[in-house]
Amino acid sequence: MQRFEVEYVQVLDTEGHVDTAQMPDLNDDQIKQIYHVMRLTREMDRRLFKLQRQGKIGTFVEARGEEASEVASAYALRPADWMVPSFRESGAYLMRGADRVKFIQSWKGDTRGFIGDEHCRDLPVSIPIASQIPHAVGLAWAEKIKGKKNVALVYFGDGATSEGDFHEALNFAGVLKLPVIFFCQNNQWAISTPRSKQTASATIAQKAIAYGMPGIQVDGNDALAVYKVTREAIGRARDGGGPTLIESLTYRLGDHTTSDDASRYRSEEEVQSWQAKEPIARLEHYFREKGTWTDDYGTWVGHEVAKEVDEAIEKAMAIPPPPPENLFNNVYAKIPPVLVEEKAELEKEWKAIKAEREAKKEGAP
Amino acid sequence: MTKMHMVKALNNALQQEMEADASIMVLGEDVGVNGGVFRVTEGLQEAFGKDRVVDTPLAESAIVGAAIGLAINGMRPVAEMQFSGFSYQAFAQIKQHAARIRQRSEGTFSAPLVIRAPSSGGIRALEHHSESPEAFFTHCQGLKVVMPSGPYDAKGLLIASIRDPDPVIFLEPKKIYRAFKEEVPEEPYTVPLGKAKVVSQGEQLTIISWGSMLKLCQKALLQLDQESGIELIDLRTIWPFDIDTIITSVKKTGRALIVHEAPRTAGMGAEIAARIQEQCLLHLEAPVIRVTGFDVPFPQFALEEHYLPNVTRILDGIQKVLEF
Ligand SMILES: Cc1ncc(C[n+]2csc(CCOP(=O)(O)OP(=O)(O)O)c2C)c(N)n1
Ligand SMILES: [Mg+2]
Repeated sequence: MQRFEVEYVQVLDTEGHVDTAQMPDLNDDQIKQIYHVMRLTREMDRRLFKLQRQGKIGTFVEARGEEASEVASAYALRPADWMVPSFRESGAYLMRGADRVKFIQSWKGDTRGFIGDEHCRDLPVSIPIASQIPHAVGLAWAEKIKGKKNVALVYFGDGATSEGDFHEALNFAGVLKLPVIFFCQNNQWAISTPRSKQTASATIAQKAIAYGMPGIQVDGNDALAVYKVTREAIGRARDGGGPTLIESLTYRLGDHTTSDDASRYRSEEEVQSWQAKEPIARLEHYFREKGTWTDDYGTWVGHEVAKEVDEAIEKAMAIPPPPPENLFNNVYAKIPPVLVEEKAELEKEWKAIKAEREAKKEGAP
Repeated sequence: MTKMHMVKALNNALQQEMEADASIMVLGEDVGVNGGVFRVTEGLQEAFGKDRVVDTPLAESAIVGAAIGLAINGMRPVAEMQFSGFSYQAFAQIKQHAARIRQRSEGTFSAPLVIRAPSSGGIRALEHHSESPEAFFTHCQGLKVVMPSGPYDAKGLLIASIRDPDPVIFLEPKKIYRAFKEEVPEEPYTVPLGKAKVVSQGEQLTIISWGSMLKLCQKALLQLDQESGIELIDLRTIWPFDIDTIITSVKKTGRALIVHEAPRTAGMGAEIAARIQEQCLLHLEAPVIRVTGFDVPFPQFALEEHYLPNVTRILDGIQKVLEF
């Protein structure tokens, strides 16, 4: 019988002390880059949450508490690698350089927010749980067929590991030995369902063993550890070593979404215990320990990210809603004749509505 | 009688049926501790315990597949799909097994389960949360498809669905979950499956609709004068549907308009229109007209209002049929 152990990696403890033997190859400038985007993600969350409450954007999904997990893993990718998110990966998008204005626009329910350029290798948000995992398998497979060294990294939650798509995708990647990194954001909850009710396995990482690939647990609130394990998995995948499953142990500090009220199903004590292990403060402890922190620097980053988010929100809010005929665009490469008539119906209606609105405006004193 | 909105009426139906029949259980994602994301199952776990109201792992195919096994083995599961857009994850189980087990086993086995799913649009939700899949499920022969349009029918139809010997998918128009209240009897009652309801009588035109579109049709009718003579029919059971009520009405009015939120092509409106011309062509004074969603994916919410049928489109449709 095969025996296995699941390795758990932590570089920084909660006080920011470094396990030097585990320290990844990152200099302070790089770590500060990661820190900066983590702060940006936190600020973006804070502001978009408020905009949702004011009715200016739709249902919003906070990443709060998971910034290290998202940002440091995305930092380990190269631009030519694929990033396949679910819906909570704001940090990964922002780290990958997503246009800030478009990012906000997409939370206005406007698909134009997802328009990418020809180099775009970030897939749009995927709402159906686990459904994006097989796509990463295909993306990586195509890289392998083309003889490229690029990888695909796919994010999904602890809840997603219960879906068939998760298991089928891991099995495929194992059999085909594909350059995929399966990155599980184990934030302990799937809406109201705790991790303990999601699977009877002691860890999620150990599910990798059954599919013939390495599985590893990492402290997901430790940016340095997340970077280290992701980097290693990516390196192995680039060198033809096949897929890896990473279980990143983190915590969803906010409600599931702005439609949820987590106080119905989890205790404030639990949230507080994780608040103490929160990833941004953790990195600040690290800088302090190392003597590379000043309060001025912290304040400066705060100003920078607030300014960046402010400007982006202002621009995004000024974008008028998409024209109604967008309903028919990009359904097919070319609109089929049978749909042209429906589109014309819609355009006619829209013209009438606009004319009526104009008339009202003119009639007003 | 108590005034209730639809969420309360559905909750009340589940509560009473579970009290009366110990084989009934509720299973799904977040249905227990959280009471469901729309609170339809609120309080049930406190009342009936964790063995009868089960928070399952996040796996729709297993929820429905297991419900089929439970049903074959004597239980009466009411499974929840958190949104009808995620019922596709369970489509294989519904189509291949729930709908076919009776015939495959020559009646030895059956799967009397109910799959509840919040459905349709109108609440500015994220992608995949606004689907109207009634036509897909009508193509799962062996399955019944039900969609209530208000609290009274919701309770009676859900009880009828739970007691029905066949599998039922029960699509709940979430836009009207809390939009209005109706008088709902305190005691259990059924609204029969397979029976449409004539909501208002008229001689000039028959409108056939269901789900949240029914309220919209009523709103449109309010804008017409009282003599407009329009007969409004709520289909209620989408399949197997009550064609007799429709044909009787159209024979009287000679004109028909169908209003549904799902896309037009191969939607239920197409089937109803086909039956009308097959069964009462010579009574028709005008072509049967449909007011429906467009043949495009349900959009993200910035364009939702342009996708959904509205009062103006319904009034235009009425005019088209009447003035033909
Ligand atoms: C197939 C599918 N079923 C149900 C849902 C509704 N839903 C949205 S998020 C969620 C929980 C997801 O939990 P997890 O995978 O742990 O990700 P997290 O939200 O914690 O980031 C559920 C059930 C969905 N989006 N897709
Ligand atoms: Mg989770």
